[in-house]
Amino acid sequence: MADIINFTIDGKECVAEKGTLILQAAQENDIYIPTLCNYEGVKPQGSCRICTIKTNGQFVTACTTPVADGMEIENNTEEINDLRKSIIELLFVEGNHFCPACEMSGDCELQALAYRFQMMVPRFTFQFPKREIDARNPKILMDSNRCIRCKRCIRAIKDEKERSIFAFHGRGRNIEVHIDPDLGSKLTDELAERSVTICPVGAILPREKGFRTPIGQRKFDHEPIGSEYKY
Amino acid sequence: MSKPVIATATLAGCFGCHMSILDIDEKILDLIELVEFNKSPIDDIKNFTKKCDIGLIEGGCCNSENVHVLKDFRKNCNTLISLGECAIMGGLPACRNPIPIKECLEEAYLNGPSVKGHNESGIIPNDDEIPMMLDKVYPCHEIVKIDYFLPGCPPSAELIWNALTALITGNEMELPYEVIKFD
Ligand code: SF4
Ligand code: SF4
Ligand code: FES
Repeated sequence: MADIINFTIDGKECVAEKGTLILQAAQENDIYIPTLCNYEGVKPQGSCRICTIKTNGQFVTACTTPVADGMEIENNTEEINDLRKSIIELLFVEGNHFCPACEMSGDCELQALAYRFQMMVPRFTFQFPKREIDARNPKILMDSNRCIRCKRCIRAIKDEKERSIFAFHGRGRNIEVHIDPDLGSKLTDELAERSVTICPVGAILPREKGFRTPIGQRKFDHEPIGSEYKY
Repeated sequence: MSKPVIATATLAGCFGCHMSILDIDEKILDLIELVEFNKSPIDDIKNFTKKCDIGLIEGGCCNSENVHVLKDFRKNCNTLISLGECAIMGGLPACRNPIPIKECLEEAYLNGPSVKGHNESGIIPNDDEIPMMLDKVYPCHEIVKIDYFLPGCPPSAELIWNALTALITGNEMELPYEVIKFD
């Protein structure tokens, strides 16, 4: 039988199997930890830092750190939530997020996190970078104004030979996600749909199907992201 | 006690936020009982006639006139509020921000499909009477200090109402999930 370990999150007694990642262990105990770069079924990479928690005085990412016996985890505290909020704010000023004109508005995870953490205005200066829209692919449209470089598309969307259809191009703050022209041209309907779903924001959009869900019926219209968890 | 005084302005906005102020429906009757309006397009008072308690700003700053009005509001209002996405982050007018101003003007007056060939002298308007365009559209809080931010495009009437009543009564503002939206 697997080893069962005990730990606490914000003082609440929790149990998990040894080796479980903190994020999953929290979810199994009905506790919400926000995520952005993480996607169920895709190997975690710990890059966005939204899932940051505190244990033993250290900040660590819950999506990549395994839970340990006796661990005392701080999650839903003012300090950590403000840290998370600051990351969301950074993402908003670092790209061009014109939510009123965005097709993903209402279904976007970044926006939903901003709602959950009550971002009224980012504390940082807006950058308004020059970014491109790539409309060459017949099935999807890439709008890098809204890309948060989470790499979910690169990590999850592969062809039948396990080759990534999306890739990073450039370096540093100018990095952009591009579609491989060759593999992209052979994108199946199914993979196109999946890449739209896998992108947490409105950076990958389906063509010829704008604003599919009416306001009021979108994912985050009525309930905050993470509402499926009790705590 | 005299009624709190409110002033409002539209800078680089579409007037949608002002429409949303009016969208509080019959509560507008309560509002005029509660407050007095000063400089505002709602009552068409053009200049401040007294110091105001609350200033509501719709739209960001896209030209010198916007900056002038905004600074005037800061001077004359104790509490200044950015109302809506354009005031908070530039909004749709700020879609031009990544593009150099020269390119924007050339597209608008010389090269755009609706002007190409119709502006033979190749003039880009530049009269002293016309407010000078800024290099980009600035969120209001990057020009003056802003005290509160009410997001939305437009902010819902409920959010505006909750904010105003909280400010007037001094009670804490109600912020149910559904009133904070960016669209
Ligand atoms: S991707 Fe999300 S945050 Fe960005 S503009 Fe669209 S809805 Fe807003
Ligand atoms: S395109 Fe979407 S999924 Fe891919 S890195 Fe950008 S935000 Fe992430
Ligand atoms: S979700 Fe853990 S670092 Fe992004």
